[in-house]
Amino acid sequence: MKLTGAQILMEVLKEEGVKTIFGFPGGAVIDIYDELAKTDIHHVLVRHEQGAVHAADGYARASGGVGVVLVTSGPGATNTVTGIASAYMDSIPIVIFTGQVPTQLIGNDAFQEVDIVGITRPCTKHNYLVKDTKDLARIVKEAFYIAQSGRPGPVLIDIPKNVAATKINYKPPKKIHLKSYNPTYKPNIRQVSKAASLINDAKRPVIFAGGGVVLSKASKELTELAQKTKTPLTASLMGLGAFPGTDPLWLGMIGMHGTYRANMSTGACDLMIAVGVRFDDRVTGKTDEFASQAKIIHIDIDPTSIQKNVPVTIPIVGDCKTTLGQLNKLLDKEDLGDLNEKRKKWLEEIEKWKNTKPLAYAQEKVIKPQYVVEKLYELTKGKAIITTEVGQNQMWAAQYYHFDKPNHFITSGGLGVMGFGLPAAIGAQLACPKKLVVDIAGDGSIQMNIQEMATAAQCGLPVKVVILNNSYLGMVRQWQELFYEKRYSQTGMEHAPDFVKLAEAYGAVGLRATKPEEVEKVLKKGLSTPKAVIMDFVVEQEECVYPMVPAGAPLTEMLLV
Amino acid sequence: MIEEKHVLSILVENQPGVLSRISGLFGGRGYNIDSLCVAETTEPHVSRVTIVTRASKQIIEQIIKQLHKLINVMKVIELTGTEFVQREMALIKVNAKPEHRAEILRIVDIFRAKIIDVGLEHYTIEITGDEDKLSAILSLLKPLGIKEIAKTGIIALSREPKIV
Repeated sequence: MKLTGAQILMEVLKEEGVKTIFGFPGGAVIDIYDELAKTDIHHVLVRHEQGAVHAADGYARASGGVGVVLVTSGPGATNTVTGIASAYMDSIPIVIFTGQVPTQLIGNDAFQEVDIVGITRPCTKHNYLVKDTKDLARIVKEAFYIAQSGRPGPVLIDIPKNVAATKINYKPPKKIHLKSYNPTYKPNIRQVSKAASLINDAKRPVIFAGGGVVLSKASKELTELAQKTKTPLTASLMGLGAFPGTDPLWLGMIGMHGTYRANMSTGACDLMIAVGVRFDDRVTGKTDEFASQAKIIHIDIDPTSIQKNVPVTIPIVGDCKTTLGQLNKLLDKEDLGDLNEKRKKWLEEIEKWKNTKPLAYAQEKVIKPQYVVEKLYELTKGKAIITTEVGQNQMWAAQYYHFDKPNHFITSGGLGVMGFGLPAAIGAQLACPKKLVVDIAGDGSIQMNIQEMATAAQCGLPVKVVILNNSYLGMVRQWQELFYEKRYSQTGMEHAPDFVKLAEAYGAVGLRATKPEEVEKVLKKGLSTPKAVIMDFVVEQEECVYPMVPAGAPLTEMLLV
Repeated sequence: MIEEKHVLSILVENQPGVLSRISGLFGGRGYNIDSLCVAETTEPHVSRVTIVTRASKQIIEQIIKQLHKLINVMKVIELTGTEFVQREMALIKVNAKPEHRAEILRIVDIFRAKIIDVGLEHYTIEITGDEDKLSAILSLLKPLGIKEIAKTGIIALSREPKIV
């Protein structure tokens, strides 16, 4: 069968089950776009390539599958870099196709030429430049495999224009085999059995879950472990939803803006079972004093995550789901004793922390941002998919919306990208058309990718944007208030567009609340409108996110309200 | 943290960009490279990279794991702490005034080096050996005036009979 590179690409995409692509056309990919038009694949035309990658990220997280991006060479490619770096930090499987100038022009500084393979080398799991059409199908298959296996991540494929246009005799590639890439799924059983006996011996254990649990679809096994051993559980930002946020064993989020009881439990525990985490500095605070009384069991599929930031007692390299399954089986055979008796003192201590310093705010005459998130949680019964921007809005979403299921909280955790939430919501809405998808945003970050409102409108996607509008870049302002003597250097955003009118200009619906009593009404109306909606909540300007662990301080030294 | 010297032998797929993935990893994560040597093995699709680095115990563990994580890296062997042989080659262009020529020849002879190029005012010496031998000949030649030097960096192989 004689096919062009572009036709071969479509064949392989179909074979990989790709139904949706996020992209933006251009000269170098015009042959690919021409073939794309002849397929059933749904192409979502974004308004900026960064939005395409965040949308693919949201799509991948909400669906538990892989996101696909197609952009042109040069600026099309460079605009994807932030999105790729975010997906890389958060281990999200995405395959990005970039166009490239024809092979004979590469290196000549041709029009819209950029070395995107060079640029993205440190922020992709792997990347390729296809120099010959006959390698294309194999490379695409490899990319999909690499992106989704082991610790997932973004893989970029750079396709020169002539590679897409050249016709060759096409034979579908056989099963791919990568000699030098074999992720370890099965843990060393001796390590798992050592872990089981540590768990049995522990008096004050805590489970600390991360994004790895969500990625490996191990929530069931994690919940079983916590309940079987009556072990309280905390999670990183990326791990929210891995364990039911309404379960009595749930401690709340750990870290810089974690709950008092989660951080105090970390300081006091004698065993930490860390699953699918990488001990980011926003989690650990001062590493020397992190869980300093505890032995640590660390389960992760990526060996580089282990012993990188925090020394651990029992390292276990393996897939979270497989490993937790084996651990649960071993624990079934152990005599755990009377757990109610064994955990009584520890759980009582935690209950005391919970009651002395709960998450709190005082509702006054102006709207408190926390109140908006709390109301949103109430009205959606905790069932919405929540995406966030980055900063205070993200932390309040994490603190006041309680996630019972994985894949419902979608946020740029590692890289912290402002402008992530709206395109991610678009991706999530496409993956889950029947679900309610809400982007919790700030007035600063929503403006970073606001152009994607047009994408939502064009695709008829009923995404909801909740803006916690304080006319500040709130998180930086908070740091300036607390640590820089209130010198609000360049954090005031006095001039913002009228978000209600802006929504209307994009063909969406705009609503506003300025008083606490309007919040519920606006939310109810906005959430029940079957269109894209921006809800502008004019909130307390100088509200801070608490608790807060100052950067580099031990977790137990929190600033409280 | 005490930094120690480590010799790593890395087998990689012989593909464009592999070296840049490795050097980029070292640069991006702030690891040291003392020397780096790369060439094809007997199998044309496989290359061997020898890297000498200085790192603490915790960092060398990270370096090895991070190298493993690169898709094109097939094998990473830490030779330091095992039985292995290492060699480095240097080409040294040294001033050779008539009154010094006999002295240079004597030094070359003692070190079993070779003179591979002769000019009106210089000799170019080829020498192979371990680091100590190279630094010894350099310290003897230095007073005579070294004009230029090129070194390969260390290459090394395990002394184990099995192939790694």
